[in-house]
Parts: sequence; structure tokens; C-alpha cells
Amino acid sequence: MSKVRVLVGTRKGAFVLEADGQRKKWVVSGPHFPGWEVYHVKGSSADPQRLFASQNNGWFGQVIQRSDDGGKTWHQPGTPPGEPQKPPSGTAKGESNKFAYDASPETGKPLTTHQWYDGSQRPWEFKRVWHLEPSLTDPDMVYAGVEDAALFRTTDGGENWKELSGLRGHGTGPLWQPGGGGLCLHTIIEDPKNPERIFVAISSAGAFRTDDGGTTWKPINRGLRSDYIPDADAEIGHCVHRIAMHPSRPNVLFMQKHWDVLRSDDAGDSWREVSGNLPSDFGFVIDVNANEPETIYVLPIKSDSEHFPPDGKLRVYRSRSGGNEWEALTSGLPQRDCYVNVLRDAMAVDSLDKCGVYFGTTGGQVYASPDAGDTWAPIVRDLPPVLSVEVQTLR
Amino acid sequence: MIRVVLPHHLRTLARVDREVALDVKGTVTQRAVLDALETAYPMLRGTIRDHTTRERRAFIRFFACEEDLSHESPDAPLPDDVASGKEPFLVIGAIAGG
Repeated sequence: MSKVRVLVGTRKGAFVLEADGQRKKWVVSGPHFPGWEVYHVKGSSADPQRLFASQNNGWFGQVIQRSDDGGKTWHQPGTPPGEPQKPPSGTAKGESNKFAYDASPETGKPLTTHQWYDGSQRPWEFKRVWHLEPSLTDPDMVYAGVEDAALFRTTDGGENWKELSGLRGHGTGPLWQPGGGGLCLHTIIEDPKNPERIFVAISSAGAFRTDDGGTTWKPINRGLRSDYIPDADAEIGHCVHRIAMHPSRPNVLFMQKHWDVLRSDDAGDSWREVSGNLPSDFGFVIDVNANEPETIYVLPIKSDSEHFPPDGKLRVYRSRSGGNEWEALTSGLPQRDCYVNVLRDAMAVDSLDKCGVYFGTTGGQVYASPDAGDTWAPIVRDLPPVLSVEVQTLR
Repeated sequence: MIRVVLPHHLRTLARVDREVALDVKGTVTQRAVLDALETAYPMLRGTIRDHTTRERRAFIRFFACEEDLSHESPDAPLPDDVASGKEPFLVIGAIAGG
């Protein structure tokens, strides 16, 4: 019997929501890490019982947590599970929370500053991990997208992290500047057919791609137009909110930009707008149906000045044609007086048939659709503001 | 033994009670106490001091004997009552946020 496990990161802790393949009755556990911001929780597809979580707050900084039993228990990698009251010994090193930018003479210079809001240069300063992307094949390898924007990787299950500094160092790094939410690397997508190829997205620098396993990178923003930067067609400076890919077609990418929904059919070399008849093409999330690579989902938000759904109606929009023609999905979603937001990492899909679609709101609701978006129901209504939603399909 | 009182979230991370006891060699300073704390509880590394610079994180304060020692030199001797174990060294999270 299939199961689904929904991993929810919130402003005040993490939650694990589990159901069988019917996706009707849910068991909720948590809060894990209560009182901490949990930007992201994600499971390894190579070992579904292994989960990684990014735990952070302004007082005590960044903590990486790992579970090897599907979220029942957690520990900091390098500190053995259930480490007792007494001082630990042996392999514990306390390095799992260390994200040090590459400052080596060989590869780390001159990666010393980036652009600030006022145009001045400011030193790179680590703030938090926004996104954890486990390797598709290696349970010990995970990529971390951080603020200030950089990409890190662990190859030992999270015990140590090393920057892939070729991203910041490819040339445009000093021109990157933060969006309203900070200079964050929030999207990491591995190409399942080409392990050397990875896509990332940064607010507000744009999208980037490596074809050599993370050593060298190039911007992939041709076709993006952003009226909020001096040169609307610039190579970088675009506030990409989210990119999604169907694993069967890694050259086809879908993007929710600050404004505009776009697609690429050439692995990001060029983009074209597919916003079509959306009531607003501003938004944060975008995702692809697991069974239908041309079926995509967005959740329109009114504008960058008013971060809530148009007309107070919470509507997911679905396109079955890869964009341009969109239909509103409203059954089970509030259609009046709804003024929540859905943040960029807060939508996910399972891989059952029919595809389940899930999203979490800043109002603390996590909605699930077990029928590809036709109908919706809340799994929970009163969590802290939701920062991220991921789903594991367990068979 | 040096007594150190930790704030709630760090107690949770270290899986300890409110107060821990540390054996500190040599002169008892902030640096020596925090080094001993992080050696005993490596999961706390980076949560009180920056991983790289070893400077106190902005919203952390150090109190002892009714004094705020946060801005004292990390290498200054702590009060005798802390060194003798009569009084604890308190790691405090600043009151802020929502």
C-alpha cells in the first residue's frame, strides 16, 4: 500500500503529515524543532527514511538536522543519534552547521562582495539555508542553497559542507543584489538524466546552470524581461521565484518569475512567456504534475505590492498544455476573504495516480488535492506560517 | 567545576538540563568556558559564537554575578565566584522577536 509523507517547514517548527494512498486521513506529528524557523525539510530519494531539515533563528543561527527514520527522531549530522546528557566523544565534531564561503586564494577571490540595495558593494555574509536538495542517487550527498546566495554541498550526510564557489565566481557575482526576501539561492534542480547538470535560481540574480557537476556555471536568463531593472533584458538581475521540471523531460523547465510565468524547451538556454489568461502572473510557486509533463500548476498572487490572492479567492491555476491556457481550481478552497500568501518552496506533488498536489499558506493551512487539483481539502488549518512543503511517495 | 546556564533552545540542542558543569583548565575566561562548552557539546558550535570568527553572535549575552560581561574581553578572567563554581555563567538569548 502506498503512503505519502508531507514535510512542512514553518516559522515555528517542522511538521510531518502522513496518510495512505487515499490521502484522506492524516496523522500529524510535530512540531519538530519548536520555536525555530524551518525553511526546508526534504527527503532523500535514494533513502526515503533519510530526511534533512534546515533549522534557523536569529539568536542561534543555522542548524542542520538529519533523520534516519522518516522524521521520528533527529540529530545533527556528526553527532550520533540520541547523544546522551554526557559530553559526546568520538566522531562528533560540530561542523554540520558551518557554512563558510570559499575564501581560498585559488578559487575564493575576488568573491568578497556583492551589490547591496543602494548599489554599493557589501561583503558576502552567511545568514541561513533556504533549500536542501538531496542527491537523486547518493543518500550522503546534499546540496544547500543559502543566503547570501551560494551553493554548498555535503558528501558525508551533512557532517561537513563545502561551497561550490564556481557559481559565485563565474563573473556576475558582484552584480547580484538581494530581493525583498534577501539574496537567497532557493531552487536547486538536478537533471536525472545527466548528473553533471544542475539548475539553480537566485533572487534576485536569475537562473544558472552547470554542465560539469558544479565546477563552472553560466546564467540562463535569455528571454526573461523584468521592468524593475534598468535593462529589462539583462543577463542577470531577474527575480526568479521558482523553477520546476518533470523528471522525464529535463530540458523542459517552467518558471514563476516575480512577474511572468515562463517555459524553456532547451534547458534554460531560452525562455518564453506562457502566462496566458492567468488573472495575475505574479506568484511564487510552480510545479509539474508527476504523471502529465505538460500539466503545470501555479498560484497567482495579486502583485508584488499586495501579497495575497486576487479578489480574496484562493485559486490554484492548472494548465494542461504546458502554459498559456489556464483553468482555475477552486473546489474546496476559500473563495472569499482569503488573504494568505503561498511562498516559493511551499508547493509539491506526489507521484501517485492521480497525482496529489499540496501547498501551504502563510495562514498556516496545508491543502491537499488527491485528484490532480480537481478538489482540495485542508490537512491542517492552524500551523504557524508555512515556509515550505515537500512530499515523499512511499511504496 | 564551572557552572553554565543555557537558554531553552540550546538546552534542547545539547539535550541537557538547564545547567551544565564543565571542567575548565587554567584561567577561567569567557573563551575558556565557551571552548570547554563546545568541546563537551559540539552541537552548540556556531550557535553562541560565529563558527569562523569566534565572535559572540549579535543576540547572545553573557551574564554572571549580576553583571553583563558581554562586552568584556573574551580573555579577561571571569569573577572569582564563577571560577569557584559558586555562581553560574549565564548564556542569554536577547529578548526580541515574535
